[in-house]
Amino acid sequence: MTERPRVAFFDFTGCEGDQLQVVNLEERLFDLVEVVEVVSFREAMSEHSDDYEIAFIEGSVVTAHDEERLAGIRENADVVVALGSCAAFGGINAIRNDQDFETVTERVYGDDADMIEANPEARPIESVVEVDATIPGCPIDREEFVQVVTGLIRGVEPTLPNHPVCVECKLEENECAFHRDEICLGPVTRGGCGADCVGEGTHCWGCRGMVDTPSEDAYTAVLEEHGLDAEEIVEQYQLYWGWQRPERATQEEAQ
Amino acid sequence: MSETIDIESEYVTRVEGHGNIVVNVADGEVETCEWQVVESPRFFESMLVGRDWTEAHHVTARICAICSISHTTASLKATEAAMGVDLSAQDERLRKLALYAETLQSHVLHLGYLALPDLVGKQSVLPILDSHEAEVEAVVRLHRLGNDLTEAIAGRSVHAQRHLPGGFSKLPDEDELDALRTRLESAWSDVELVADLLVELSDELPDFERETEFISLTHPDEYAFYDGTLYSSDTGELDVEDYREIVDEVVVEQSTAKFTSHARESYMVGALARLNNNFEQLGPMAKAVADRFGLEPGSHNPYLNNVAQLVEIAHLIETSIVELDTLLDGGLDPQPDYHTPDVEVEAGTGIGAVEVPRGVLFHEYTYDEDGEITDANCVIPTNQNHANIQQDMEELVPTILDRPEDEIELTLEMLVRAYDPCISCSTHYLDVEFVDE
Ligand code: SF4
Ligand code: SF4
Repeated sequence: MTERPRVAFFDFTGCEGDQLQVVNLEERLFDLVEVVEVVSFREAMSEHSDDYEIAFIEGSVVTAHDEERLAGIRENADVVVALGSCAAFGGINAIRNDQDFETVTERVYGDDADMIEANPEARPIESVVEVDATIPGCPIDREEFVQVVTGLIRGVEPTLPNHPVCVECKLEENECAFHRDEICLGPVTRGGCGADCVGEGTHCWGCRGMVDTPSEDAYTAVLEEHGLDAEEIVEQYQLYWGWQRPERATQEEAQ
Repeated sequence: MSETIDIESEYVTRVEGHGNIVVNVADGEVETCEWQVVESPRFFESMLVGRDWTEAHHVTARICAICSISHTTASLKATEAAMGVDLSAQDERLRKLALYAETLQSHVLHLGYLALPDLVGKQSVLPILDSHEAEVEAVVRLHRLGNDLTEAIAGRSVHAQRHLPGGFSKLPDEDELDALRTRLESAWSDVELVADLLVELSDELPDFERETEFISLTHPDEYAFYDGTLYSSDTGELDVEDYREIVDEVVVEQSTAKFTSHARESYMVGALARLNNNFEQLGPMAKAVADRFGLEPGSHNPYLNNVAQLVEIAHLIETSIVELDTLLDGGLDPQPDYHTPDVEVEAGTGIGAVEVPRGVLFHEYTYDEDGEITDANCVIPTNQNHANIQQDMEELVPTILDRPEDEIELTLEMLVRAYDPCISCSTHYLDVEFVDE
């Protein structure tokens, strides 16, 4: 990687919240452009170049055109980073993966449903191209983004925490959602956010995705106490895992 | 300038999402002039079906990040209307403040990061930093202020964490609100700086007028954002209940995004529509800003939407200070930690209509007796503006054919950007194409 790498941002199907989090670095955005050269960032600039080393990709893959475009980006970039949960594992878009696709298009477009071109499933970018680093979250955490960028410049191998949100929740000394008679996805969700939503008074919705192997990595103490197991809450209470859940099941079966 | 125009430029950048402008001129005659929106569909209305009443606002926040609080608010209002949930005066005030703060953030982003570069003749805000450092710093400070105020109330500025049906899971810290109030007071000098620059550049805004219909909410007591009845500049007050007929969505051949129309072929929503319909209710500072540009109710130049956003920035600051004073006077009524408001789950249908940065937004849900959604409909402002953009283009293009190609292209791109379309909600491709025959 060059000393001041050329970076580009691309958005696929998503809310563009992860790019907004980058803009929300406010003054620090101007510091960031000292250490990297932004050559494409459609949300904030008109310039565009296909000559870049790091590609940050936001959003899921939902059309054949998305697949082609993504493959092209992979060819141009040395490093591809999945930015946010939609790109990382399908995220909220994958809710519809559990629904019959014909019903889905009809509900939204009625008689004009056949004018809509889309794949029956919303998928993460790793279903199309190889991904070098992942920043999960819905939206991404600004600090985590800065850390990953700094790491990439220094050539540090990117890592993802694999402890459940519960671990951080205990450290924060929050009152456990289960004690308050709420269902929380913290026991099976990948940590790294400091159990943010619990701290804000609710529960974990699972936005950072599942831990690698829920049956092994889950924080079972909390679950057992309330007569639940990892399997059950993965199957019944998730919002974000419409792609990840069946995918994990296949993987675990193969092992 | 040749008689035949053929411009093909990929992606109109600096709008949230993509679309396509196709203009085709042969022998001085306009043959095609289309605003095409090619949707990369997200299917939210289907995704909501089967979701629980506690989840709808969480899911719909993800329709669009720039206006995520707006979607959250419309969503909660729809759920609350369906189940007959009342909000306390304090919670309603907090909801309003979060909405104002997000709108401030969104307007500043659009004006400062996305529209200003056009006027200065630059490609992004970065090169402007050299020539207009003080103004760019003011833009960044105002943007941060909007975000910080949202964060203080919602927990996070992108995708709120504390908003719940019937209230909030956690109350903001009073000292933090107090500090934000002080920052709002001192934001005037930043607004002035941006206004000075925009006044200086206002000659760059194309002088183009086309009479159209303006639709927005209106409220007897305030410049409507959070609540109100519908109002059309053509036909007067309208019932929110009738919103489906009013927006009359159609899928058109050239675009996979839906187009809308009401009293005429198209109508406009957003800052300019609100300003035209509710001008008298703007605060004194906002009116003073409008005065500097000679902006008055009855303005039919869509490019002035940028100025209307600046006027609203002033208004939002004024009105937020007033709301904060009311909240902080006597202190916030406390609530328990990890608060879950009481909601009696019942079957029913409810509509939530809210004025959001880009215009009036509707969410409508039907719930069954278990509190699961059986039917959902969301009408976003950007879709309501598509037909108006199309009509503007048809009238504008023939009048500017004598200009150089790149100038035509920029003028059209600026037109689209003036509407501040947030196409990511529903759509994904914005190109300008001048097709050769
Ligand atoms: S991960 Fe969340 S914040 Fe990012 S695009 Fe998807 S919905 Fe938006
Ligand atoms: S607590 Fe859960 S839902 Fe909230 S940010 Fe963390 S992982 Fe996401």
